[in-house]
Amino acid sequence: MNEFLMIMKSEWLITAIIFLLLLIKLGKGMKNGSLLLLVQVLLLLNFITGFFFNKEGSLFDGMYHTSSVIIFQKNILSLGVYLISLLFADWLKKSEHLPEFFILLLSALLGMFFMISSGNLLMFFLSLELATIPVAAMANFDLGKKISSEAAMKMILSSAFSSGILLFGISLVYGATGTISFVTLPTQLNGSTLQILAFVFLFAAFAFKLSIVPFHLWTADVYEGAPMATTAFLSVISKGSIAFIFMSALYKVFGSMNEIWYNMVMILSIATMIIGNLFALRQQNIKRFLAFSSIAQVGFILVGISSSSTEGVSSVVYFVLIYVFSNLAAFAVAASISSQTGKEKVDDYKGLYKTNPFLSWVLALALFSLAGIPPTAGFFGKLFLLTAGASKANYMFITVAALNMIVSLYYYLRVIRAVFMDKNEQPIEKINTDPATKLGLVICGAGIVLTGLLSWIYDYIQSLN
Amino acid sequence: MMEPGLYHILFISTALFFIGVYGFFTRRNLVTMLMSIELVLNSVNLNFIAFNKYLWPNRLDGVFFTIFIIAIAAAEAATAIAIIINLYRSHRSIDVENAEEMKY
Repeated sequence: MNEFLMIMKSEWLITAIIFLLLLIKLGKGMKNGSLLLLVQVLLLLNFITGFFFNKEGSLFDGMYHTSSVIIFQKNILSLGVYLISLLFADWLKKSEHLPEFFILLLSALLGMFFMISSGNLLMFFLSLELATIPVAAMANFDLGKKISSEAAMKMILSSAFSSGILLFGISLVYGATGTISFVTLPTQLNGSTLQILAFVFLFAAFAFKLSIVPFHLWTADVYEGAPMATTAFLSVISKGSIAFIFMSALYKVFGSMNEIWYNMVMILSIATMIIGNLFALRQQNIKRFLAFSSIAQVGFILVGISSSSTEGVSSVVYFVLIYVFSNLAAFAVAASISSQTGKEKVDDYKGLYKTNPFLSWVLALALFSLAGIPPTAGFFGKLFLLTAGASKANYMFITVAALNMIVSLYYYLRVIRAVFMDKNEQPIEKINTDPATKLGLVICGAGIVLTGLLSWIYDYIQSLN
Repeated sequence: MMEPGLYHILFISTALFFIGVYGFFTRRNLVTMLMSIELVLNSVNLNFIAFNKYLWPNRLDGVFFTIFIIAIAAAEAATAIAIIINLYRSHRSIDVENAEEMKY
């Protein structure tokens, strides 16, 4: 009994917080400010306890399993959710339905935890749905805005369609092998045509959720229309968790079909990087710009995944950790500007440094990290991803990835030039950021610098494997 | 009269899947698009039942999967319809062609 509680500890904690919020909502209710503070404290506690009393093992006949890498991945996601509760405090305080927002957000997080831990295709499918349906509802949270409901509509239809494709793939896997367990499935794989077809369907569904290129069309629209907190959650936490389970599914379950999926991952990775970068070049809206830049980042994650080695695992986990800090910081700066002035164009950011030096520096740090410029952690993250990818000795692929990093410099630096160098008669006025947002931005900034400089973090991730 | 075999059922379910995909891509009414997705999900259910009956009669994974798919499809449809109602309130239409504020 005790073991049962301890192995699923992180899920139990999230469930407890969800029920607490439900009770608060049903009862008298609280003022938004104090409720937000309570949620922030609870999420911080949840993140801290993630490092203690951890137990590895599997439950429910292998349907649920956990290991030290999985626990660390869950900690990264908890950290990201805690940072979201800090960084978007401005918007959250104004929201009329604050408890519901966190109930949906934490339900999605719970789904992601189960998804990372799943040891069975049924469990995987259920948790994937738990992780996506609430996010579609969250995308509709600006109820009065037209683009918010348009974004939610695009999100729910594309995710429902992709889960249809996923299920068709799973049914073919079941037909071809007779099992849906991640333990017995690899022993039944022999590379027959039906199995390859099933694998292609599964791969397409994953590509939909990760917004890999031929399936990326929903991403920019959903990111632009949804409220910023949802966008940040979608682009960081949701992407990160899908990348984790995608990686472990490819390595552990479909490891024997390595030759088949290596080429698929390589081609899609090149296409994702190139198209993400080319579309990011011409974006004027900062949210769409960040959307396409996050598509390009997924291309780099795929370079790491293609290596199918333990270096691949640790470099992807490390990169997602850095990505949480840098992307959340960029979104938070954009969110605090847009919630107070309504400005979202890159041109509006001209001369921001004159009026808001703190926000400008955080934005610059985040964008440098996303571009991969040396003192920031983003450089080390990309370096490890490319080194892991290079272990397959496919140097053309790595060269294309490195060239794409140079292209991406252009559009990241375009924003930085607008902020620091361009003159503007009417720059954005001084923004009053919430103290919680300031704290979050400082944590993000420190994370961006320190994750790269402290070498024991990467060593620790590597020791988990 | 011939007994229907696995191939017959797989033919129907695959046809249903692609009818659903075709409907999803060509229809412009949001509710019809949702119905097309339901067709896709039901074709998967048929697949699971057929595989379970003909290929792996001793393993019940397929039947259980079907039950879960039905439940999840209901949850998904509920959320989607709530979103569509909200879209109707702001756009006065449930035609996807009218929801086109954001383009690249």
